[in-house]
Amino acid sequence: MTISHAPAGYRVTGRVEESGDTVTLTLEPAGAALPGPRPGQFAMLYAFGVGEIPISVSGPAAQPTLIHTIRGVGAVSRALCAAAPGHLIGVRGPYGTSWDETDAGGQDLLLVAGGIGLAPLRPALLSVLADRDRYRRVTVLIGARSPSELLYTAELDRWRDQDVRVEVTVDKADAGWHGDVGVVTQLIPRTELDPGQTIALVCGPEVMMRLTAQSLLAAGLTAERIRVSLERNMQCGVAECGHCQLGPLLLCRDGPVVSYRVAAPLLAVREL
Amino acid sequence: MTRDGAADFASHPFVRGLAAEHVAQLAARADQVEIGAGQRIFDEDADARGLWLICSGRVALDLQVPGRHRVVVETLGPGDELGLSWLAPVPRWQFGAIAQLDVIAYTMASESVLALCDADRELGYLLTRRLLTTAISRLHAARIRILDLYAAPGPERRP
Repeated sequence: MTISHAPAGYRVTGRVEESGDTVTLTLEPAGAALPGPRPGQFAMLYAFGVGEIPISVSGPAAQPTLIHTIRGVGAVSRALCAAAPGHLIGVRGPYGTSWDETDAGGQDLLLVAGGIGLAPLRPALLSVLADRDRYRRVTVLIGARSPSELLYTAELDRWRDQDVRVEVTVDKADAGWHGDVGVVTQLIPRTELDPGQTIALVCGPEVMMRLTAQSLLAAGLTAERIRVSLERNMQCGVAECGHCQLGPLLLCRDGPVVSYRVAAPLLAVREL
Repeated sequence: MTRDGAADFASHPFVRGLAAEHVAQLAARADQVEIGAGQRIFDEDADARGLWLICSGRVALDLQVPGRHRVVVETLGPGDELGLSWLAPVPRWQFGAIAQLDVIAYTMASESVLALCDADRELGYLLTRRLLTTAISRLHAARIRILDLYAAPGPERRP
């Protein structure tokens, strides 16, 4: 089998500034569309002349239009964030595993997001909202550094209107903030959980995911019921180069979404 | 306290799992209170007296910072305890507390809790462990916030 590493051309058709350093881009295929992504998957986005980085899908799944939320922290991500409508971007993918949120059909679903970790979880939530009656309680717990760094703020009330409990906490409040202050793990004991009937999807900085998983285990969930999204140095996207190896996993293929049963021992290994 | 109230009190995470006689001893010293949103519960640096077991609503712990007015350092919600400073050798509130949302809580006079713990050392030991668990949990949370996990990653530094 021949695997094409050539990026497909996508044109920026929408650009929303989510916060000071984070932008959501809408991309339309300039030619043939790539397969529609599943929630949790990522694509390699190429800023021509600068470089290529993995970015999770943050919009509705299985559509030719791609939506990616990008935080400008390096040369490539800053170039992508600066891309204005009409700009051409290279895309490869989609790659990796899915949240498989539909496994929670008939059960409760808990999404726990830290910082930009809400972006990869959003497609799973949008998928659930499209078929809301299939699920019992749906809860979204969001932690952010400050109110100004919260993502998708215009959507939170829409999610609440669709029978989703959304709780938001920030590490540092400003004078205008009247919500929770503290780390996102502190919201877990305040959340009504049915541990044997709950699937938890967790995304954020690795330490946050580890602490969240520990809180969920303490609340009675088994590791099999917790899924985390892991990030390493994805480069080829097709498990050939080995840059994203984490123990026995090549995360571009075996991740990014991994059961915490698999992830837990790997996260405890100190890197060389 | 009514029978329903006693059952509700016994289901609070701080009390849950204690022996029935211990729950009854605590319940006899507890009153259910409703605190309206915006009502200040106590002020920073005032005498620290009282323990609140929050059943619903939200309480903000705040600190007066010159030039920034009152800064909220943490919020507490259902299942949390409010008021630990009375355990310190100099019992003064380290932070102020204000109801951000309407709050329903059980409140106990800290002198009464301490006297009960002195009289019943087994209960005293159990409550001390529970209060320590809360203090540890808040210490961990404060340390995690110091890590500033959501900050933009800087250049990688190796030791």
